[in-house]
Amino acid sequence: MRGPSRIARGLLTDAAQPVGFRFDGRQMQGLAGDTLASALLANGRPLVARSFKYHRPRGIVSAGPEEPCALVDVIGSQGREPNRLATTLALHEGLVAESQHRWPSLGFDLLAVNDLLARFLPAGFYYKTFMAPGWAWERLYEPLIRRAAGFGRLQAIVGERAAPAETVHDHADVLVIGAGVAGLAAAHRLGMSGLRVILADQDAVLGGGALLDVRWSAWRQGLCAGLAALPTVRCLPRTTVLGAYGHGVFGALETLAPAEAARFGGLRERLRIMRSRRVLIATGALERLIAFPGNDLPGVMLAGAALAYLRRYGVAVGRRPAFFLNTDEAYESVLALRGAGIEGAGVIDVRANSLAAERARALGVEVHGGAVVDGVGGGREGVRAVRVAQRDGGHRRELKADSLLISGGYSPATALASQLGAGLSWQEAIAAFIPDLAPHIGRIAGAARGVFGLAAAACDGDTAARAIVADLGRAASTAEVALELPPDPPVTPIDALWEVRGRGKAFVDLQHDVTAADVRLACREGYEHVEHMKRYTTHGMAGDQGRIGGLVGSAVLAQARGLPLSAVGQIKPRPYTQPVPFAALAGGEVREHFKPRRRLPLHDWHEAAGASFVSTGLWLRPLVYSRAAGWDPVLHEARTVRRSVGMTDVSTLGKIDVQGADAARFLDFVYANTFSTLALGRARYGIMLREDGMLFDDGTTARLGPEHFLVTTTTANAAAVLEHLEFHLQAMCPPLDVLLTDVGDQWAQFAVAGPHARQVVAALVTDLDLSNVAFPFMAAAAATIAGIAGRVFRISFSGELAYELAIPASHALQTWSALLEAGRPFGIGPYGLDALNTLRIEKGHVTSAELNGNTSAHDLGLQRLLKQRGDFIGRTLAQRAGITAPDRLQLVGVRPVDRARRLRNGAQLVAAHSRTSSLGYVTSSTPSVELEGWLGLALLAGGRRRIGERLIGTSPMHDEATEIEIVSPHMLDPENARVRA
Amino acid sequence: MLRIQCPWCGERDETEFRYRGDASRSRPAADAGLAAFSAYVYERDNPRGWHLEWWLHVGGCRELLRVVRHTLTHEIHWVGAPGEQPALPQDGWPQDVGS
Repeated sequence: MRGPSRIARGLLTDAAQPVGFRFDGRQMQGLAGDTLASALLANGRPLVARSFKYHRPRGIVSAGPEEPCALVDVIGSQGREPNRLATTLALHEGLVAESQHRWPSLGFDLLAVNDLLARFLPAGFYYKTFMAPGWAWERLYEPLIRRAAGFGRLQAIVGERAAPAETVHDHADVLVIGAGVAGLAAAHRLGMSGLRVILADQDAVLGGGALLDVRWSAWRQGLCAGLAALPTVRCLPRTTVLGAYGHGVFGALETLAPAEAARFGGLRERLRIMRSRRVLIATGALERLIAFPGNDLPGVMLAGAALAYLRRYGVAVGRRPAFFLNTDEAYESVLALRGAGIEGAGVIDVRANSLAAERARALGVEVHGGAVVDGVGGGREGVRAVRVAQRDGGHRRELKADSLLISGGYSPATALASQLGAGLSWQEAIAAFIPDLAPHIGRIAGAARGVFGLAAAACDGDTAARAIVADLGRAASTAEVALELPPDPPVTPIDALWEVRGRGKAFVDLQHDVTAADVRLACREGYEHVEHMKRYTTHGMAGDQGRIGGLVGSAVLAQARGLPLSAVGQIKPRPYTQPVPFAALAGGEVREHFKPRRRLPLHDWHEAAGASFVSTGLWLRPLVYSRAAGWDPVLHEARTVRRSVGMTDVSTLGKIDVQGADAARFLDFVYANTFSTLALGRARYGIMLREDGMLFDDGTTARLGPEHFLVTTTTANAAAVLEHLEFHLQAMCPPLDVLLTDVGDQWAQFAVAGPHARQVVAALVTDLDLSNVAFPFMAAAAATIAGIAGRVFRISFSGELAYELAIPASHALQTWSALLEAGRPFGIGPYGLDALNTLRIEKGHVTSAELNGNTSAHDLGLQRLLKQRGDFIGRTLAQRAGITAPDRLQLVGVRPVDRARRLRNGAQLVAAHSRTSSLGYVTSSTPSVELEGWLGLALLAGGRRRIGERLIGTSPMHDEATEIEIVSPHMLDPENARVRA
Repeated sequence: MLRIQCPWCGERDETEFRYRGDASRSRPAADAGLAAFSAYVYERDNPRGWHLEWWLHVGGCRELLRVVRHTLTHEIHWVGAPGEQPALPQDGWPQDVGS
């Protein structure tokens, strides 16, 4: 079974390989090499879809990615995937596809009633109708509209079993887009000249228009063989360039051939990011439709598509086609079908006479010159008759036909050139806009710049290639291709015709169901600019971006405005040039590869110790050393610190080594407090502002030598602080003698905290006197730690007597193990991020929850750190009244009055008498170890003045309202006795 | 996607760099006052044409670069170190640009 309409041998199909597939539940057969569209046509199926808005019956219109109507759902191992184009979908054994936009069935669609109601559904209908009440949009209108409209149904498989995709980066001297005759000739010349060339074409085979003309077979095969022999040329068929991103960067989607997909474990698509020095755009031209009543009936197809189905797949789209055209080029289809033995119903040519008409008449084809089609008879099963009117108002006639093949001329495919900033100019001779590209970006060749005719396009491609070789400062190869170019026949030029007015809907956009009347309505209502018309009518906004009807819509608009088409312009196409599956864009960056994951040097130890991990930025950090939920394990860890001694891994802190003669001067400039006065062997807490005066980051900085400091940053801001410092250092004039080195990954760092911390650390550090006098709070020194050269800092985030030990990351485990051993007599244990949080909230220390980019030093009670003398980043703007105002949100502590109640992060603080206006919110909260019940930190308007007041902490999400007492943020040991112990 | 010719690393993707703003402005003197700093931090020209900008090569050599870029076409005319004098494009700056 080859299908009843398969009348010849196709260039791409293999008659010996039948392929079974299902469409709307019916089993059919096609051939290997078919697309779904060609197989459906071979089986004589004119009706393949219902339209988006009016649910009108639709057939296949084109033979390529410009297809507006033949969208199908494909049901496969990857779930149900909507909006695949039947015209590009390669047929394979077992393919299951279903039509879209119909309910309950394609033949009988209840929503076709929309077509009868069309006068009540004009363009802009949704905007005008579904207005009020506001609540109805979400609950009523949108669900209704989605059910009625929508493009297909998505039921994709996601997660572990989703289809793999990959991203590939390509580099070339020249990217040639389009492998028609112009692209082939250009790639050959470029390759012969020694340049690295990528030749990308959306089609499965190279050749473009040469595939449709048997006279060009020898030339095409010769060129393809020549390219295959050139080592610097890579040909990428099935690769659609999706967008141009400037500076020679392009995105392309490669669809793998079934054999290659099998070789790569089911890989279906490959996203290619291409970088090239120059581009050569040879994307050809697209045949346009003509707007006339009934131009959307199944069986109305572009004339060039009929030629493609015949040549490529051996399929006749009709047994008695009529033609409606206005160029000599479109007669290619007439003559080809005639040659294949198809007796046409006649040609309706807009022009009174032409060279091509004379050639056709000589072969016995009936040509009605100076005529138009103003109506089509038929229904959902296709075309039955074509109504013809003479343009001069003469007699009318009706032709019996089973299909109508139309051609309104050819528009250069300008999408990629437009994205590259090409100017467009109107060419009356071809009735289309052609693009012009700046030479430093690349060249355009062939039909893509309006050079029609295969021989002319091949020559143009060669000329453009020579120009690019010269632009790149090379000598072009002078070798001539020993293949003759079949000559182009002389042609009579186009007589532009955009619309035939008559009774019934004349569509300019078949995918979004936009009619010529809709365009005129938009114009009447004031949407006169072509881009406004586009948005009002949705013309050109569908997946096909109005490729075959875009200019027709512009022409209707121009006529309505009384302007020449050249003054109205055409809709600007945007990336992507065709719909792309999200999976292809994601490529390999999914699941565990979605983002890099940073593990601590001791990650394996933490895991073995039973830690639950939490993602903070890119880091995985131990949250608590327990897999059990609840606060008990957290409070156990925190209590160990408060009562005896605990240890925690703080290696994620940012560490920046600052050295140089001007190091102290530089730190004075970037920090709000002073570091030049810091004594050798001491550390100091510092705050960094942004130039707008707000807090940026905090941390301790130690002076390790006269010209050597070590800055620590918060985990979250490690990269941002380094960038901030580098920028200000290098932008300063004159430059300072300072070198910044990121040593974050080189040093592991552990905090040992608790009343017994000194005994534990002293067991490891033998060359340093750790007594309170010799090594007081905020001391820093190099030391030998369990035999390893490291550093000891007496700093504390927990509020306890604490030391932080820094050792080279490769020795982390050795030191960590020694600490565990030395701490065993004291019951030492590791504590995670949750316990760290509990400890710092009790102490009133801030983290990113409070240092959130909206708070100033005054807000957090750190204003005394702002130095009075000398310049620093943020100094001037930090003094603004708006930043220091006492009614701003200020840091306070909060406790529930009823100690049995809990606090919630994010709970809004309101007055008891006015519960709707928020005075602030809880930023951090925890059950306490040392005090009864829960504690929290909050940002509260005029907070410091409100200490002692009572407010309500309301959390509507949890349906909770808790009476809260405002306290000082320093809830534990405000005198700092413990850290100085 | 911009491709920036880093003088130290070669041509690299924009994603390796961080844009750090208008390089024709300089930080006011310490005692210039609130108005001067407000203007420095908040007021931005939005020129149509050539623009002198800071780009920090965070994903590469960490050097700070000055770049002359066209805001309409994205064309890059010149890349250099902070102390270098930028080469003036033929059609000139859209407005006065210090150096």
